[in-house]
Order: sequence, then C-alpha cells, then structure tokens
Amino acid sequence: MSAISLKEPEVAIREVRLGSITGFEGTAGELVQCSRAGNLQDGTRRFSQCMGCSSGNAFCQLSMIQDAAVVNHAPVGCAGDVFGFNFVYRVGQMERKLPPAIGRYFNTNIKEKDTIFGATEKLESTIREAYARVKPKAIFITTSCASGIIGDDVEGVANELSDELGIPVVACFCEGFKSKIWTTGFDSAYHSIVRKIVKLPEQKTNKVNIINFWGSHIFDELLKPLGYEPNYIVPFSTVAQLEHISEAVATIQICPTLGSYLGAALEQVYGVPEIKAPPAYGVSGTDNWLRELGRVLERETEIEKLIEREHARVLPILAGYRSQLEGKTAYITAGAAHGHALIALMRELGLTVQGAAIFHHDPIYDNGDRTSDALAHAVNTYGDIGSYNVCNKQAYELVNILNRVRPDIMIARHGGMTLWGAKLGIPTLLIGDEHFSFGYQGLLNYAERILETLDNKEFVTNLAKHSTMPYTKWWLEQNPFHFLGRNVHVEVY
Amino acid sequence: MSKFIEQPRFSCALGAQQSVVAIKRAVPILHSGPGCSGKISSLIGQGEGYAGGNTIPCTNANESDIVYGGEEKLRTVIDGAFQVLDADLYVVLTGCTSDIVGDDVGRVTGEYQDKGQAIVYAETGGFKSNNYVSHEVVVKAIIDQYVDKFKENNGKIKGLVNVFSTIPYQDPYWNGNLEELKRILSGIGLKVNILFGADSGGVEEWKTIPSAEFNLVVSAWAGLGVAKHLEEKYGTPYFHFPYLPVGGVETSKFLRQVAHFTGADEEKVEAFIQNEEEKFYMHIERTADFMLEFRYGIPRRFYTLLDASYAVGFAKYLLNELGIVPAKQFIIDDTPEEFQAAIREQFLNISECRSVDVSFGVDGGAIQQEIREDTHKNRALILGSGWERDLAKEIGADLLILSVPVSYRLVLDCGYVGYNGGLRAIEDIYDRVLDTYR
Repeated sequence: MSAISLKEPEVAIREVRLGSITGFEGTAGELVQCSRAGNLQDGTRRFSQCMGCSSGNAFCQLSMIQDAAVVNHAPVGCAGDVFGFNFVYRVGQMERKLPPAIGRYFNTNIKEKDTIFGATEKLESTIREAYARVKPKAIFITTSCASGIIGDDVEGVANELSDELGIPVVACFCEGFKSKIWTTGFDSAYHSIVRKIVKLPEQKTNKVNIINFWGSHIFDELLKPLGYEPNYIVPFSTVAQLEHISEAVATIQICPTLGSYLGAALEQVYGVPEIKAPPAYGVSGTDNWLRELGRVLERETEIEKLIEREHARVLPILAGYRSQLEGKTAYITAGAAHGHALIALMRELGLTVQGAAIFHHDPIYDNGDRTSDALAHAVNTYGDIGSYNVCNKQAYELVNILNRVRPDIMIARHGGMTLWGAKLGIPTLLIGDEHFSFGYQGLLNYAERILETLDNKEFVTNLAKHSTMPYTKWWLEQNPFHFLGRNVHVEVY
Repeated sequence: MSKFIEQPRFSCALGAQQSVVAIKRAVPILHSGPGCSGKISSLIGQGEGYAGGNTIPCTNANESDIVYGGEEKLRTVIDGAFQVLDADLYVVLTGCTSDIVGDDVGRVTGEYQDKGQAIVYAETGGFKSNNYVSHEVVVKAIIDQYVDKFKENNGKIKGLVNVFSTIPYQDPYWNGNLEELKRILSGIGLKVNILFGADSGGVEEWKTIPSAEFNLVVSAWAGLGVAKHLEEKYGTPYFHFPYLPVGGVETSKFLRQVAHFTGADEEKVEAFIQNEEEKFYMHIERTADFMLEFRYGIPRRFYTLLDASYAVGFAKYLLNELGIVPAKQFIIDDTPEEFQAAIREQFLNISECRSVDVSFGVDGGAIQQEIREDTHKNRALILGSGWERDLAKEIGADLLILSVPVSYRLVLDCGYVGYNGGLRAIEDIYDRVLDTYR
C-alpha cells in the first residue's frame, strides 16, 4: 500500500509506488501470481513506438473543471492535445445541457532562450493574464519535459501566485519522461486536487463520489432510490464541488486505473470509504460490486432485492445473446483495469478470449487491497487467458499477434489501435463510454454492439483489400515478443 | 520575451514529423519524450497515413536517458525501425529531452548513413521553433544528407520544377492544394516535383530535386529558406509567389508570372488559362444572381485568423471576386519579423481602391477578444479554426474552418488553391451560410 502524503508537491510514479509494469508476456494467471508473490518483472523493448505521456492524462482530468483554467508550462507542441480535450468537453456540455463554453487553456510557449535562463517569469505573467481573462476559481499548472529538465521552480511560483491572486494556483507535476505509464498523469492531477483544492469535511453528506471520465450518468438510477446522491468527478465538476468531496459517504471508481490514487487518498486522508470490489462488469462482477456497495452504504437488503430483480430481467435475455455468440473468438486491447473488465464481459457473453494486449499492469492499487484486483477476479471467475501481453500501445506487437490469431472480433478501448484490426479485415469495435458496459444492462448493451459489429463485415473486408501495410514481411513472421527483454526487476513493494 | 499562447494553432519544432509522414513511404523516428508524437498528431494529423500516428517509432525518453544520455537507445530503435517498418526513407527527429541533454544524434545517424542506409536527422527540439520553421529544417536535412547523394552531374532536366508551398498537415487542406498546384503547373507545360501527398512520386521524386531547372515557392515565407539554400547549393534559380493563389484572377496571375520566369511556351500557357477561366467564370456567373438576390442575408465582411499564405490569398479572392469586404485581419503563424513588411504591403494593396490593416499575433484568446469588441453592423464571415465556433455564434457570423485545429471537418482531398479551389471555397462558404436557415 502506498501511504498518501500531501506534503510532497509531487506524487511518486506508479512504477515506484505500485511496482507497475509495461512489458509482460505469458498467461493472465501467471501475471496475477507474480504480482501476488512480489516478484513481478518488467520487460523493456529494444524497439518501441510512440506512447502517451503523463501530461496528457493529467490534462484530461483538469481540463474540464468548469470554473478552473489550466496553464501548460511547456513549448507550444505540448499543448497539441488541448483542442481534443476541448472537443470532448464541449460534447459533454451538450449531453449535460450546459451552455457552450471553450476550455480556457494557456501555454507558456517555452523557447530556446528560456531553456537557458529559465521560464518562471513567463509562467508568472501567463498565470496573471489567465486570471485576468478568465477569473477562474483555481488555476492548475501542468509541467513538461522542458520545464522539468531546466529546473523551473514551479511549486514556488504556484505558491506565490496563490497568495497574490487569492485563489488556489496549483502545480501538477507530470513531465512526460518521468514515467512509462501515462496513467501516472491521473495520479498527478488528483494529487494536486487533494493537496490544494479539497477542504476538511464540515459535515457528512449523502453524496457518493464517482470517479469517472465523462461517461453517461448511469449511477443516478442506482443511487437515488437508495437515498444517495451521485457526485460525478472530476470532469464537469466545479471547484466548489471538489472542495467538498471529502464529505462524501463513499467513493465509487468506474475504473481503478483511473481513480486508484484519488480513491485511496480520500479514504486515507478524510476517511471516505472506497468501494474496493472490482468495478461491475459481467454478472458475477456486478453481483460482487453491488454487495460491497450495499455493505458500505448500509443498504444490503435493498441491494439483494435489486440483484434478484435484475437477474430475473437480464439472465434470460443474456442466454439469448450467449447462444448467438458462443464459440466466437475475440482479441482485446485496452488500458489496464478496463481491459480486465472487457475480458470478463466477453467471457460472460460466451466468447472465447484468444488473448489481450493490455497497456500496463498495476500489481496492486493505492488502497493496498487485493480484492480490487480485477484481473484476478477475471481469472478466478472465468479461467486463465493463455496469451496475455502487457504492451503500452506498441502497435507493431499487436499487428503481429492479430495477423496470427485472426479473431472473429477485436475489441479496443483506446484510439489508434482499431485500424490494425480493420486493415486485416477483422471486425473491430471501440466503445468510448466506459459506462456503456457497466452493470447488468451494460452486458446486454455490449452484446448488442458485438452482434452489430460481427454482422458488418463489408467495410473491413473492402478496407483490407485496399490497405497498405507498413510492417515488413520479416516482422510479421517473427515472434511478436522478439524485441521484448525480460530481465528488468521492479522494486518489490 | 515571446508571448504565451491561448488556443494554439500550430505545433512546436517537432511538428515537422507530419512533413515526413506526408512523404510517401517515409517514416519519422522520434528521439523524444513519450507523448510528443501523439500530441502533434492530435493537433495536425487527421488519419495515420502510411506509417504516422501510433506507428511512429520513438525512443520514449525516460529519466535515465535524461541523466545518462539516450544515444544507445536511439541506436536500438533505429535498428528496430529498419527491421520492422518497410519504408524508403527514415528521418530521425529530436525532441526537447534530447536537445537539452545534448545527445549527439548526428553521430548516431551518421553511422547508418556511412553504411549507405536511407536515413537523415534533424534537431527539432520543441522549444527551438515551430513547425513552420522546422518544416524547412527537415526538408533541408533530407536534401543535404540524402538527396544530394543522387545528384546527376549531367545537369538540369528541362522544365522540371520543385514546388515548396503549403505545409503538410499544418495546412489541413495541403493534399488537395498541392494536387491543384501540380495540375495547373503541369497544365502550362512544366514537370512538377510536388514532393508531398497522394499526387507525388515519393522518395524517387525527391532524388530529382537537384536536377530541377527552377524552384517555386508558393508561400508567404515558410519554404523560402529551402529555395535560397538550393540556389546556393545547386545554382537553381527560384521564383517566389508570396501567397496561395485562390480563384480566377490570382491563379491566372500566378501562372503568367511563373510562365514568364520559366520561359514556358506563351501560347500553351494562354490556351490553358483561357480554358480554365472559361470553366471557372461559367460557374461564377451562375452564382451571381444568388449573390445579388438572396434576400435573407449573406456575409458582407470577413475576419481572418490564418497563416500568412492563406490570409493574403483568401483576402484577395473574397474581396475581388466575391464582394466580401475585409474586416480585421490577423496572421497567426508567428511570422518572423523580417517577412512582416511584405505581408503588410500585400494588404495595403489588396485591391485598386482599398487598403487593409493586418496584425500579427499568436495568442488566439486576445485576437478573439478584439473581434468580439468590434462593431458588428452586418453579417460577417470568419476564416479561422475550430476555436472560433462560439465566437462565430456570439457575433452572428458564419465560420469557414481553414486552419488547425480543424476537428469539425473531415478533410480528404479538399483544397482551396487554384481555379478548382476557388470554386470549392464558394461552395463551402455558402453551404455554411444557407445551412443557417431552417
């Protein structure tokens, strides 16, 4: 378990904090076992393709706080992703019936001279101007490789400007080179929020924090009848809302890869209990999760009734889907915890999971509780998965594997991977809203989309016929893990 | 002190990875932090292309590369790229991490060049410049370190011209624009090295750059350095047309000037122009009654938030051929000071009876505020980017997205240059205007 310390401006990266890895080849069961035994080893690749970095993931959580502004202390290229998040922000405004607004994001435009003389003055003037333009309730500063290496005192500037402007100006340290696991950026964003925004609880409320991206509000109909109020964080929150997340009665995570740090921090620092069961994907996963929720919220009887009711409604429909999907094969590529959820889902629906390429692996989460291990849950409930690859978005490995495995369907969770299924003529499905597949109904939703995708072969067949393949014949004939070394020790936690 | 930027509309020096992606069967190899490439693709890259996006090899710099240097890792990634990716040219590009810690990338790349492999490098640490500037750096690197090896000593190829124009992906319509440039230049009898995109001949075409009889720069300033460099290196004279020609008047003017410079057969040139103009103005004539009679309001003035090449080209076209009058004009490409006067001059002489002022700035937030505070007496058109959606709505303007970020449009071979581009611009502007009615 990692002890949360709000004194430090920076949160330790996942490799150090949790012993997380980005390279593994074996079975899912082996990975779970190694994780348990504390002898998990990371693999490093001799050849690699571009990944993501922490600054993008930190920005992902900070950029949609409705009344905050973000200053990206970096050369302008680092702000290349801001419009993409602005787009997401605005789509979310439509779904939530909020008035249109653009995200207020500022880039300090670090230049060559700044790398010699430092850029803190520039950072200060940018923060002042951002404040003058936006009058935000808080300003977050995201750092970059350049600002980190030149050694700008960003924490010092943040503290000074907080005093001057009378609002929290918060440094979020997310230099790309620090971690191979870009979800470390989530932890950085949450650390800055818990450290400088969240206040001591004044009173307990009936609110339940839901750490999510910008998914649909599916928890309303679950929690409201139980007498609780969902509080969706962090995107689309206000600063005032975030100040009070310490007063919630519990925290739900849609995905522990996302919320590991925030869930644990709220529990350790403010005593807000975190629902530690793996998120509700698949029937047995949902049963588990609901029971844990019922226990924490003291609504066990109501939850048992709900489970009974939902089983009666869902199981017969599910049987219908299973009979259509039985024997179909699937390959999965996704971020860690949601990947585990998808594995559970596919198998619940009767598909054979031929393998998975999962972006990284956290052997344990910040809560230190082994019951949160979604992969262990998937293995224990549905059996081992023979070809389980931890692979941080290395498309060349994926293409090699897909070319061998040729599944009936490829399921992807993140952009940039689907193309390779389609180019090989494999029907490929990407679902953006992770809430879409949550709970009992989510299982049915997913089944329907899989059937649609399997049915729609014309597009991929034609695309495959006319596509180019940048990978060499030599490469496609190699072992997919040709470039993966296997002897790097990860610190035992 | 350079200013901060709200609403970025271009990338950093490493953004030139997209210039490499735009060359057929060329692959960039990044020696940079892990997230750089994806952020660039996110702003200026719709679609992976052959081996862009997530296919791009990268050393993904980590803490130990910063402390101990990353040259060895670069070697292994280059080795891997040669084995795994099937390409004609590999271009190593550095990011901030490598340039600050001072890896000797030239030496590492040199080892492969000595073995005769098709690989070059350029230092493109993000903080060094932006992608308008580094596009030149990368093009020069490819020419000096690779193309030069193939220069023929038996002189120039008659009528062959290298075109350096709009910047791939930074101009979302680059592919369509370059296709039209190639079409019209071929039309007047030139052999065209267009170098990037679907209508180019890939690396083989690049190898003939030294043999060209002329270089053409069709751009306000970006690319001019390449032509000057080639003049010194191969004695190739260049002609500079300082904006994108859009529509009948400007395209014909462009072609005549090029013809004059290259000594192309005048009869052939005039015949081509006449044929093109006939088609172009047949369509323009058809639009006239709509423009004159549509009673529910069409834009009367336009704001520009574009790079210099687009801004001048569109301003001339909208004013002189469509009767839309320029309001405030903003150039957002971080134009180096030495080129600003010439651009101002273009606006001062925008038509025979009109002068327009223009300002230069990179901070979109400040520019938007200035437009917001302007008086809005009649319907306006904004030529800008996806950032202008709300602004357009607020001031009741129509918006044609010509600049990145372009996220509200899916662009394939659409282009706005030349005769065809001019017609396309009319369709797209009035498509947006008419779409506002219920």
